[in-house]
Amino acid sequence: MTDSGVAQVRTDREAHDAALHQDRLIEGGWELIVGLEVHVELDTATKLFSASPNRFGDEPNTNIDPVTLGLPGALPVLNEHAVELAMRIGAALNCTIQACTFHRKNYFYPDMPKAYQISQYDQPLNVDGFLDLPNGVRIGVERAHLEEDTGKSTHVGGSGGRIHGSDFSLIDFNRAGVPLVEIVSRPDIRTAEEARQYVTELRAILVAVGASDAKMEEGSMRCDANVSVHQPGTPFGTRCEIKNVNSVRSLGRAIEYEARRQIAMIGAGETVRQETRHWDENDGRTHTLRTKEDADDYRYFLEPDLVPLEPSTQWIAQVRESLPLLPGQRRARLADLTGLAPDSEAIAVVVERGQDQYVEAVGHLGGDIARALVYVKEAYADQGPEPAVPAPDLALLTELEVQGKLTATQAKAVLAELVASGGGDAAAIAAAKGFEAMDTSALEAMVDQAIAEQPDAWAKYCAGEGKAMGALVGAVMKASQGKADGKLVTALLEQKRG
Amino acid sequence: MSTSASAPSSSSASSAPATAASIAAQVRAGEVRAVDVLEQHLARIDARDGEIHAFNHVMTDRARAAAAAVDAAVAAGGAVGPLAGVPIALKDNMCTHGVPTTCSSKILDDWKPPYDATVVTKLVAAGAVIIGKTNLDEFAMGSSTENSAFGPTRNPHDTSRVPGGSSGGSAAAVAAGFSPVSLGSDTGGSIRQPAALCGVVGVKPTYGYVSRYGLIAFASSLDQIGPFATDVHDAALVLDVIGGHDPQDSTSIPERHPSLVDVLDRGVEGVRIGRITDLPEGADPDVVERLEAAFEALSEAGAIIVDVEVPAFGYALTAYYLIAPAEASSNLARFDGVRFGMRVDAADTNAMYSATRAAGFGDEVKRRIMLGTYALSAGYYDAYYGRALKVRRLIHDDFARAYQQADVLLTPTSPTVAFPFGAKGDNPLAMYLCDLYTIPTNLAGHPGMSVPFGTGADGLPVGVQVLAGTLDEPTMFRVGAALERAALATAARSQS
Repeated sequence: MTDSGVAQVRTDREAHDAALHQDRLIEGGWELIVGLEVHVELDTATKLFSASPNRFGDEPNTNIDPVTLGLPGALPVLNEHAVELAMRIGAALNCTIQACTFHRKNYFYPDMPKAYQISQYDQPLNVDGFLDLPNGVRIGVERAHLEEDTGKSTHVGGSGGRIHGSDFSLIDFNRAGVPLVEIVSRPDIRTAEEARQYVTELRAILVAVGASDAKMEEGSMRCDANVSVHQPGTPFGTRCEIKNVNSVRSLGRAIEYEARRQIAMIGAGETVRQETRHWDENDGRTHTLRTKEDADDYRYFLEPDLVPLEPSTQWIAQVRESLPLLPGQRRARLADLTGLAPDSEAIAVVVERGQDQYVEAVGHLGGDIARALVYVKEAYADQGPEPAVPAPDLALLTELEVQGKLTATQAKAVLAELVASGGGDAAAIAAAKGFEAMDTSALEAMVDQAIAEQPDAWAKYCAGEGKAMGALVGAVMKASQGKADGKLVTALLEQKRG
Repeated sequence: MSTSASAPSSSSASSAPATAASIAAQVRAGEVRAVDVLEQHLARIDARDGEIHAFNHVMTDRARAAAAAVDAAVAAGGAVGPLAGVPIALKDNMCTHGVPTTCSSKILDDWKPPYDATVVTKLVAAGAVIIGKTNLDEFAMGSSTENSAFGPTRNPHDTSRVPGGSSGGSAAAVAAGFSPVSLGSDTGGSIRQPAALCGVVGVKPTYGYVSRYGLIAFASSLDQIGPFATDVHDAALVLDVIGGHDPQDSTSIPERHPSLVDVLDRGVEGVRIGRITDLPEGADPDVVERLEAAFEALSEAGAIIVDVEVPAFGYALTAYYLIAPAEASSNLARFDGVRFGMRVDAADTNAMYSATRAAGFGDEVKRRIMLGTYALSAGYYDAYYGRALKVRRLIHDDFARAYQQADVLLTPTSPTVAFPFGAKGDNPLAMYLCDLYTIPTNLAGHPGMSVPFGTGADGLPVGVQVLAGTLDEPTMFRVGAALERAALATAARSQS
C-alpha cells in the first residue's frame, strides 16, 4: 500500500470515529462514561476450591463440605478445569494470559463463610484484552480474574428483602465457592445501548467458548455498572457503581436513569458523591447503598494457603488453539460470503442462533447464500444450530429461485412446506403446488395489458411517481395468480418507461 | 536405641515399654497387647493429669476401640503399621472427627469437626491409638500455655512452672509419660520451646513437609505440625508416618521424603556445625553453657565447627509479630458465630459478631487480631506488613548463605529454662522474647528441632536447637541423634 493509501485509510477511520463519537453524545453535550464489571459463574462440575458439586437449583445446603463452609482447618485446592475455562475467556477476549496469584479479600458477611473471599488482586490471570461490538466499536478489557462466589442470603421479614430491618436470615451455601470470573471493562462505553451490546456480545462469547451458560435471570451472569458523566475535553466525572442489575434491559434503564440523575445534580450545582447505588427495578431508580466513606478496607494480602498459578506456555497455546470461531469472527465470515454488513440484523440473528454454519453449507452446495441467510433468519426461528431441513434441500430451493423457476412468493411457500415437513425436494413440492416458471413473453404480455388498462397509473409512473408502480405490479400479480416474479415485473416496467 | 525415659513420672510403677518404637515392635510381634499398653497410659493420666492438665479431652472409649482393633489385626495375622498400638496425644488444634476440637478457646464451644485432619488419618492408618487432645495457648498464641481458656498446663518437672507453649499440653503429656509421643504445631517455636522446657525432643519440619489439612490455622504461611518424643528415634518414626504430600494441602511439598529412621546411626563425621557469631544475646548463662557443651560433644564426635553470620536473625521477632498476627486476623475472622461454635445473640448481625468475638476470644488472641488488622490496613500496609515481608526475604537469604558454609546451625532453643507461672503474664513483650531463637526458622520455612541436653538452673531441662536448610531433615536428625548419644553418655558417667 502506498503512503497516500495509508493516509486515506486513516482519514476514513478518523471520519468514522468522529461520526461515531457524535452519535455517542447525549443531551446537553454530555458524554456518558461507563465501565462494566461482569461476574460469570463457570460451568465446572465442582467448586473452585473443593470437590462439592457446582449445581444450580439443588436443595439448600446440600452441595457443601468443610472447605465450602470455611470450617476450621479446611484448606482450598484450586480446580484445574476452572482455570482452563477462565483461560478460555481470557483468550476469547484477546487478553494476555499470565502467571498469577490469589489474594484474600477480607470482610464480614454472613454468607461469606471464611469472612474472606479468595480472589485475584494485583496479578490476575488475564489482562489487557478487548471486545469488539458488532458495529466495530472496541471496548477495552482491563482484566478477567478468578474468584469464588459467596453463599446466598434470604432475609425474612422487614422490607425489601434487605438484611437491615429483617427478622432473620437464611443462608444457602450451595453457591459458596462456585467459580467466578470477573471481567472488568475499561471505561470505554459511551451509551446505554453500547452497554447492552457489550453484555450481549460478552454473553455470546462466554457461551461460545463453553465457559458458562451466562444466564442473567438465574444469576450465573451478574453485571455492575460504573457510571459517570462529563463534558468532552474535561476530566471524567465522579463515578457511581450501580448494583442489582438483573437483565440486559435493566442495565440500559439503570445507566440512563443514573446519567440523568448525575446531569441533573450537576445542573443544580450539586456534587456527585462517589458511592455504590442499588438499582430498584420497581421504581426505576437507583438508591444509595453505601458511600465511599463506609466502604470496607478489604486488607488484601497474598493467600498463604495457595501457591502461585503459573500456566505453562504450552497450556496457554493449547487453550488458544482449541477456541471455536467466536461470534464476531462468524459474523465477519458471513458478511464476506453474503456481502451484507457484519452488524446487519439477519447475520446477527443467524449467528446468535448458531445457524451460520448451516447457511455456509448451503452456499458450499451451490445454493445462493444471501437468499439462504434470509430464509434461515425468517423461517428457522424455532430451530437450533442443526436445522431439520437438510442443507441440500434449501440449496435447491434457492437455485430454483435464482434460475427464475420460482418467484420469491412461490419460493416462500415452498420453504414453509420444507420447514413443516423437515425437508424434501423443492422442485417436487413446487410442481405439486402447480408452481411453474412463467416465461418472459407471457409476463411481458401481462405487463402490457396492465399498462393498457391503467393509463393514469402509467402516466404517473412515467412522471416519476413511485407509488403508481404498485398498482401496475398488483395488476400483473393478479393476472398471473401470484406466479409472477415481482422483481422481474418491476424490471420490465422500468424497461418500458425507457 | 535408648529405652530410658527422662520424665519424672517414669518412676511410677509400670510395665509398659517406654518408647513408641519398642511398643510398636512388641505389639506387632504379639508380645504385648495394644489394649494393655493403652490401659497403662490411661492409668497414668488418671493418676496425674488432674495436677498436670496436659489434656483437654481424653478419648478413652475411642482409644480402647482403636487399640482392640490393632490387637485383632495382629491376632488375625494382618498387616499392622509402624505405629501399631502406640498411644499418641494430639494438640487440640487438629481436627478429629466427632471429637471436640477447641484450640483451648471458648469460641469453639465444644465444636466437633465433621472430618479428620490428614495427620489423624495417617496416624490411624499406621496403627497409632489416639489417646486424647492436649491443652495449648488459645489458638496457639503464647509460649507458656497460660493463655488457655481452660487453665494452664503444669510442667511435669516442676509443677510450679510452665511447660512452655503453645504446645505445652503435648510436651507435658510426653514428659509425664501419658503418651510416648504426641503432635504439636509450631508457628514461631511452639513445638521446640515447650520440648526444651519439658526435657523432650520436639521437631518442626520444613514448611510443607507435613500436611496442614485439618490443622486449625494460626498463621498459615508459618504453621507446621511436628512430633514430640522421648528420643530422637521416636520423633523420626512419627515424622516418617505423618510426612509426605497431601493433595488436600496445596502448600505441601510434592517430593517423597527419605526415611529419617534410616539415617540416625550414620554419625556426624565431617558434618559442618555452624556457630552463629552474630546471634542475638539474651540467653541465660546456664543455657549458654549447655550450648557450648553441645558444640564440644559434636566436635568430639567428628563434626567440624564453623563460624557463620546470619545478620537478619535479630530482625525476625519484629517481622514475625507483624506477619503472624496479620494472617491470624484473617484466619480467625471465620469465628463469627454464624455457622459453628459460640454465638452470643444481639440486635443485629454486626452486634452479634462483636458480642460473640468479645466473649469468645481471650486477651492475647484479641491483641494479635488487632495488631494484624492494623498491620494490613490501608495506609499502614507498606510500612508494616509490606516491610515485614521484605525482612522475611532477607532472613531466608541470610540462612541460605549460611547453609552454604555449614550443614546445620546450633543455637539455644529457649533463652531460659522453664519459668514460674505468672512470671511474664503482665508483659507480652517478655513473653514474645521466649521465641527469639526459634522464630527465624519459621520465617525461612526451614526445619528445626530441640534436643534435651542436660540440665540448667534448678536442675531443669535445657534444650539445644539444631537448624537445617530446606528439606535437610536427614542431616538435622543425624546431628540430633549424636547430641542425644552424647547426653546419654554424660548421664551414664555421672551416675556411675
